[in-house]
Amino acid sequence: MTKTNDLAVKVASKPKKRKDKRSFKSWLASAVMCGPITIWSVLFIILPILLLAFMSFMTKGPLGRVVYKFTLDNYKEIFKPVYFTVIKQSVIIATWTTVLTVLMGYPLAAFIANVKKKTSGVLTVLLMLPLWVSGLVILYSFVIMLNKTGVINTVLMNLHIIDKPLNMLYNNFAVIVGMLYMFLPFAVLPMYSSIEKLDKGLIEASKDLGAGPVKTFFKVTLPLTAPGIFAAVILTFIPCIGYYMVTDMLGGGTNMMVGNLIHRQFTISRNWPFGAALAMVLAVVIFIMLFVYTKLGGDLDDLGA
Amino acid sequence: MDKRTVKKKAVKGISRFYAILLYIFFYAPVAVMIAFSFNDSRANVVWQGFTTKWYVKLFHDTELWMVFGKTLLVAVLTTLIGVVVGTLGAVGFMNAKFKGKKLIMNSIYFPIVIPEIVLAIATLLVFNQGGISLSMGTIIIGNTTLVLPYVYITIKARLVGMDPSIEEASLDLGANRFYTFMHVTLPGIMPGVMSGAFMAFSLALDDLIITSFLANAETSTLPMKVYSMIKKGVSPEINALTTIIFSFSVVALMIYFIKEFINNFRIARRRANSM
Repeated sequence: MTKTNDLAVKVASKPKKRKDKRSFKSWLASAVMCGPITIWSVLFIILPILLLAFMSFMTKGPLGRVVYKFTLDNYKEIFKPVYFTVIKQSVIIATWTTVLTVLMGYPLAAFIANVKKKTSGVLTVLLMLPLWVSGLVILYSFVIMLNKTGVINTVLMNLHIIDKPLNMLYNNFAVIVGMLYMFLPFAVLPMYSSIEKLDKGLIEASKDLGAGPVKTFFKVTLPLTAPGIFAAVILTFIPCIGYYMVTDMLGGGTNMMVGNLIHRQFTISRNWPFGAALAMVLAVVIFIMLFVYTKLGGDLDDLGA
Repeated sequence: MDKRTVKKKAVKGISRFYAILLYIFFYAPVAVMIAFSFNDSRANVVWQGFTTKWYVKLFHDTELWMVFGKTLLVAVLTTLIGVVVGTLGAVGFMNAKFKGKKLIMNSIYFPIVIPEIVLAIATLLVFNQGGISLSMGTIIIGNTTLVLPYVYITIKARLVGMDPSIEEASLDLGANRFYTFMHVTLPGIMPGVMSGAFMAFSLALDDLIITSFLANAETSTLPMKVYSMIKKGVSPEINALTTIIFSFSVVALMIYFIKEFINNFRIARRRANSM
C-alpha cells in the first residue's frame, strides 16, 4: 500500500469519505496514465544518458571492442591538437550561427508577435513547413543555388554585378547558411512566445515616462524577453555543434563539427568510449544551460512549442 | 499625421519587408527543389529543360516505393505510440503526485535540447548493452523518444487552458474515469493531440540521425537513402517525391486552415444571430 500513498492523487476538493473509496481507482487511473511515459523516460532517456556516461569512462580495446576498465583517457584525448581544432572550428561555426540566429530571428519573432493572432499562426506554420517536409532534401538545394554555375552566381553574372563566380559552396559560409536554415525556425518560436507574452502596457508606460524607443527596447523589452532569447541560444548552440549533416553536405568534408567526430567514432573509427566522452561533454554543457535557464525563470515548454 | 505615427508606419513597413526577405530565404530552396524535380538532367545541378519524366520514373520505381513505405510505417507507428504515451502522460501528470515526478517531467525535455546524435548513440548503447538486436522496432523506439516531448508539450499547453471543473463534474455525475477521459478530456485537448501528431509524424518521416544509428544493415528509410545519395548528387526522383510530400502537406494545412476559418465564421454568425 505504500505505492498507493506515493501515487495518491490530489482530490482535495472532494469530501473525505469519497476520497477513500476512490483512492484505489484514482491510483490505478493515474498509474495507467503516468506509467507509460514514466517507464519510457526511464528506459529511453535517463538510462541511455547514464550508459553514455558509463561508456565514456571505459577503455578502448582492440578491433573497436570495449574493455570494461575505468579510465579518464577519453576525456584527456579531447585536448589532443587533432581533436581540439575540430572543437575550435565547431565552436566558431556554432557561435556565428547562434549570434546570427538571434539577431535575424528576433526581429522576425517580433513581427510575428505583432500581427493578428490568426496570421501569426499561419506564419509560424509556414516557418516550420520546409523543415517538417524534408530538411535534408531541401538542404541539398543549397548545393544547386550556391555552386559556381549555380542559380545565384548565374543571376549575379547575368546582371553584371560580378564577373567571376563567387566561391560560396564548400566553405564556412555555406555551412553557416545551412545551419541558419536548419535552426532559425526552431529558435524563432521561443522568442516569439516571449515577445507575445510581454505586457504591452509596460512599453507604453516606458514611452509615456519619456524614454525613447531605443531606450525602451534596451531597458524594458530586451530584459523581459531575455528568457526567449536564451531558449533560442539553447536550441541553437549545442545542437549546432552536434549536427553533422550540414558540414557533410555543404562543407565539402574539410571542416568537421564535433557531431562529425562523434559520428566517426561510432562508424569508421569504432572508438565508442571516445565518442561517448565527446557526447557527454555536449550533454553536460546543455544540462548546465538548461539549469541556468530554469533558474532564470525560463519555461521549458517554450523550447518545443 | 504627427511624427510618431509616421515613424511607427515606417518601422512597420521595414519589419514587414524584412519578414518577407526571411521567408524568401526559407522558401527559395523549396522552390529550387520543386523546380529541379522538373529538370531534364540527371546531374541535378544545371537547368536543362522541362520534363515530367522523373515523376513517371518515380511512379515505376518499386524499390523507392518500398523504402518510402517502410519510412511511412515507421512514422505512423512512431506517431501512434508517441501520441498515446504523450497524451496519457500529459493528462496524468496534471494531477498525479509521486516521488521522482519532477525528474521524469524534466527528463522528457532532454530529447529536444541534446544534439540528436547524442540521443542516438545513447539509445544505441541501451540496445547494445541489453543484447537487443537492431530492427524496425528499435528505429520506432528511438523515433518515439525524439517526438515524445513535442507531443507532450503541445498537449500540456492545451490542458493548461482547460477548466478542471468540467472533468470533476463528469466524475461527480457518475461517469467513470475512462468515460470521462474519452468523452470530456480527450475532446477538449483534441486540437493539441492533432498538432502533436502532425509534428511527430513529420519529425519521424524526416529523421536521419536516430534512424541510421538504430537501423540494421538491411533496413533503409527515405532520409537514409537520400543521405547516401548526397555524395553522388541527389537524384531528381527524390526531388519529385519530396515535391509530392510537400504538396500533400500544403493541401492538408490548407484544409485545416479553411476548416478553422469556416468554424470561426459560423461562431461569429451564431453570435450575431443571437444578439
